[in-house]
Amino acid sequence: MSDTEVRITTPPDVCGMGHRMKRKEDPRFIQGAGKFVDDIKLPGMLYLDIVRSPHAHAKILNIDASEALALPGVLAVITGKDLQAAGNLHWMPTLMSDTQMVLPIEKVVYYAQEVCAIVATTRYIAADAIELVKVDYEPLPPVMDPFEALKDKVIVRDDKEKKTNHVWHWEAGNKDATDEVFARSSKTIQQKMYIPRIHVSSIETCGMVASWDKINEHMTIYMTSQAPHAHRTVISLVSGIPENKIRVISPDIGGGFGGKVPVYPGYVCTIVASLVTGKPVKWIEDRSENLQADSFARDYHIDAQMSADENGNITGLRVKTLADDGAADAAANPSKFPAGLYSIGTGSYNMEAAHFEVDAAYTTKPPGGVAYRCSFRVTEAVHMIERMTDIMAHDLGEDPAAFRLKNFIRKEQFPYHSPTGWEYDSGDYHRALLLAMEMIGYEDLRKEQAEKRARGELMGIGISSFTEVVGAGPSKDFDILGIKMFDSCEIRVHPTGSALVRIGVQTQGQGHETTFAQIVAEELGLPASSIKVEHGDTDTAPYGLGTYASRSTPTAGAAAAMAARKIREKAKKIAAYLLEANEEDLEWDVNKFVVKGSPNRSKTIQEIAFAAYTNHPQGMEAGMEAVNYYDPPNLTFPFGSYICVVDIDKGTGEIKVRRFVAVDDCGNIINPLIVEGQIHGGLTMGLAPALFEEIVYDENGQNLSGTFMDYLLPTSMETPKWEVGKTVTPSPHHPIGAKGVGESPTVGAPPAIANAVVDALWHLGVRHLEIPITPQKVWKILRENGIDE
Amino acid sequence: MGTRTVNLTVNGQAVTREVEPRLLLVHFIREDLSLTGTHIGCDTTSCGACTIIMDGKAVKSCTIFAVQAEGRSIETIEDVAKDGLHPLQEGFWEKHGLQCGFCTPGMIMCSKAFLQENDQPTEAEIRWAISGNLCRCTGYVKIVEAIQYAAEKMHEKANQPTQVQEQEVVA
Repeated sequence: MSDTEVRITTPPDVCGMGHRMKRKEDPRFIQGAGKFVDDIKLPGMLYLDIVRSPHAHAKILNIDASEALALPGVLAVITGKDLQAAGNLHWMPTLMSDTQMVLPIEKVVYYAQEVCAIVATTRYIAADAIELVKVDYEPLPPVMDPFEALKDKVIVRDDKEKKTNHVWHWEAGNKDATDEVFARSSKTIQQKMYIPRIHVSSIETCGMVASWDKINEHMTIYMTSQAPHAHRTVISLVSGIPENKIRVISPDIGGGFGGKVPVYPGYVCTIVASLVTGKPVKWIEDRSENLQADSFARDYHIDAQMSADENGNITGLRVKTLADDGAADAAANPSKFPAGLYSIGTGSYNMEAAHFEVDAAYTTKPPGGVAYRCSFRVTEAVHMIERMTDIMAHDLGEDPAAFRLKNFIRKEQFPYHSPTGWEYDSGDYHRALLLAMEMIGYEDLRKEQAEKRARGELMGIGISSFTEVVGAGPSKDFDILGIKMFDSCEIRVHPTGSALVRIGVQTQGQGHETTFAQIVAEELGLPASSIKVEHGDTDTAPYGLGTYASRSTPTAGAAAAMAARKIREKAKKIAAYLLEANEEDLEWDVNKFVVKGSPNRSKTIQEIAFAAYTNHPQGMEAGMEAVNYYDPPNLTFPFGSYICVVDIDKGTGEIKVRRFVAVDDCGNIINPLIVEGQIHGGLTMGLAPALFEEIVYDENGQNLSGTFMDYLLPTSMETPKWEVGKTVTPSPHHPIGAKGVGESPTVGAPPAIANAVVDALWHLGVRHLEIPITPQKVWKILRENGIDE
Repeated sequence: MGTRTVNLTVNGQAVTREVEPRLLLVHFIREDLSLTGTHIGCDTTSCGACTIIMDGKAVKSCTIFAVQAEGRSIETIEDVAKDGLHPLQEGFWEKHGLQCGFCTPGMIMCSKAFLQENDQPTEAEIRWAISGNLCRCTGYVKIVEAIQYAAEKMHEKANQPTQVQEQEVVA
C-alpha cells in the first residue's frame, strides 16, 4: 500500500493522523494478559449452563428438574415460570421493538432454544446437571421456508394478537417512476438470489459475569458487549434496577462483528441467577451453543430487476425481498429502518429511478439479523447490485469494467442524491476502479482468459465496485429503542501534559486505544504515546451507542476531534494570557500557540496544560477537560473497487482465488497500518460467505452446521495474499474527513468472487450461482456440460 | 467424583494438584492455575485458541485431560517473554498480526513450536503450520508476516558468532 496520499501533519514524536503507529493495546495481548469475560473470576462465583431444545417447534408439556436439583453442587434451576413470577421476565424486548422469549412456558420456536438454566458451583457440575433435566415436548410442525411461512398454515408466534407470520412490509424509492422507467427501457434483466444465513463466529463466544451486591443493591456486569451503555439502559428497563445501580463493563472483547450487539436469553438468565443466589454468576457459551442459538446474519431472498437503455446505460432497479427473521425480529437496525440501509442498493451507479420492497416473515429458526461485519443489510444490497450489474454487462456483451466506468456516478455529481433518498457525501469511483485495474493488470488478464478459454481452461475475473453507507447516524433519522445514535468522547489533559480520553464506543479489535489517541494527538499536539484511551466501563465512559456498523470513527472519532478542539479553544485563551498577547494574534502550529510574526514567542500545549492548573487567568475555570456528544449531519459513504481472479479445477470444481486486489477509499486515514488490518480481515470475512460459510437446517429445523467441523471458517490455507491499494476522498462533513473502514471489504468482496466464478463459467450458460459457491455446485455444472477431467 | 494427583512442570515450575480425571488441561491451566492467557474458542479441537507447548510440541490443551500431562513439561503464553519480548511477540506487534487478540496466544505458541523445528520456513510452510489455528480478524496475511519477521530475527541470532567464539577466532 503506497502511503503517498495519506495526509500527515504531525512529526513522528506526536504521531497524529496518518502515522503507522504500532498499536498501544498489543503488549497485553501478545503476553497473554488480555482480560476477557471468561478471565473474570470473582470470589464465590457460580456457573450457569442452559438446557436447550432438541426441537425447532414444540409444546412444552413438563419440565422435571428434580434429579438435577438433587445433584450435589446444583443450587438452582430457573424456568420460564420462575422468570414470569419474578416480574414477567420470561419475555424481553428486542432492539427492533419486537419481543423474544427469555425462557419459554408454552412452547419452543427454534432448535437449541434456551429452555431452562442451571446454576451450580462449578462449570462441570452445571454441565452434568443439564443432562438430568427431563423435558417433555409435543412436537409441532416446523416452519423453515419463509415463503411457506407467509401462507400462515402454521403460526410461529401465536403469542401475538395478529395470527400471521408476516412481520412487516417496508418500501423505499419511487414505484411509479420506476415502473415508468422500466416500461420505456430497451433492456431489462431479472435474477433471483438468496443471501444465506451465516454466523459471525468471533473466536470468543458470548458470555457474562453478573454480580449482585445485596447490601448496596448494586449490579456489576462483565459482558461481551459491543454497546455497553445501550445494554445498561435495556437491563435497567427490563429488570427495574435503577440505571445508576448497574455497572456494565465490557472488558477485552474477542471479536464482535455484530454478534455482541443483541441481548440474548443467556445474559438475562445470568443476571436473574445472580439476583436469586446473591452471588456472582458466570455464563460462557460453548461454541456449539453459539453456532446454534445466536449471532446469525443475512437470510434474504431477493428478486431483482434492472433496466438499461439502448446505449447500455442503467436506467432503473426494482427489488423485492423476503427477509427470514427467524422466531423474532431481533435485528439491531435503527428503528426507522426495519430492513436496515438496504436501499443503498442502487450502489455506485447513476440511474433514474429505483424501488425497493421488503417483507419479513417469522420462521422456526433462531432470531437472525445481526450484522456479520456489515452496516445494517448493506452486504445484501451490494451483492444484489454488483451481481445485477455484472449480468447486465455480460448480457449486453460489454466488458464488466467498461460497463461500470460508463455507468458510475461521476465525481462532479457529489454530493449525489440517490433515487432512494440517500445523499452520498463524496466519491471518485472511476479513480478507484482504474487503479484496481492497473494494479492487477486487467487487460493482460482478459487476454490470458481468452487464451485459456480457447484451451478449455476455466479462469474468471470478477469486479465489485461498491458503495458503503456507515456512521449511523444523524439523530433526526437514527435511533435504537428511541436512543439517538450520537456518540461521545471526554478528554482530560493532566497538569503534566499527558491525557485521558474516554469514548462511548467499544473496541473488539479495531484498535481504538491507538486510533483515538492519534486523533487527539492530531488536534492537540500531545504525543499519542502520552494519551490513554479508556472505553467499555459505563461508570466512567460517556454515554454512547457502541461499536458496530463501522460507526466508531464517523461518530465517536468526530466527537474526539470536537472535544479536542474545545480544549484547544480554551488553551488559546490561556496562551494569550501567558504570552500577554491578543487571541487574534495567535496561531496554532502542531502543538503550540505562536504569536504571529514572532516565532520565538510561543507556548506549547504542555506548558498551557500546566498553567491551566497552576496559573490560569482569573475568572476562568481551572482545568483542561472537555466532552462532546457528536450528532453527525449525514452518514458517510466509503467506497472501493475490488478485482478477483479465480482458477477453477475442472476435475473437482475447486475454486482457487489466485489474486484479489482491493482498492478502498475510506476518506482520510487515521492509521494506515490499522486500516490495512481492517481491510485484510474484512476481505477474509467476505471470502467466507462467498465460498464456504452457510448455516444449513434440515427439514425438521435441526442446524446441520452447528460446530466448526461443519461451519467452515477460512483458515490460512484458503485465504489468499490480499493486495490492497487506496484512494483518499475525504468526507466533506466529518471533522477529520474520515469515513470508517471496518466493514467495506466484507460488503464488497463477496460479489467480486461470485462474479469471477460466474465469469469463468458464463460461456457454459451460467448466469448466476448462489453463495457459498462450493466445489460441489461448480462440479455439478461442469458435469452437466460434459466437462470432465 | 474422585480425584487424582497430577505432577507436572508449568513454565519451569513444578506443580502438584489434585484434579478430577475428567478435567481438561485447558481448564486446569486457566482455572486451577489462573493462567488465563490460554483461551477457549470451540469445542471440537478446531480453533487452536488453547494451543500450548507440551514437551516441545504445540498441542491443543482442550483435547487433553490434565491427568494426561502427568510428568510432562508445559509452556504457556505467560512464559514466552524472557528478557524482553520474544521475536514472535515483537513480530506480531510490529506487523499488526493481531486485532482482538483472542487467538493470538494460541497462534504464538503454535508458531513458536514450529520455528523450533524449521527456522527458515517458506510462506507456504508457515501457512500450513498455523492452519489449525483460526483467526477471525486479521485474514492471516499479517500473521504470516509476523512469523516471517520472527524467523528471520531468530535465524540471524542463531547464526551470529557469540562473543566467546569471536575471542577464540582472534586468539
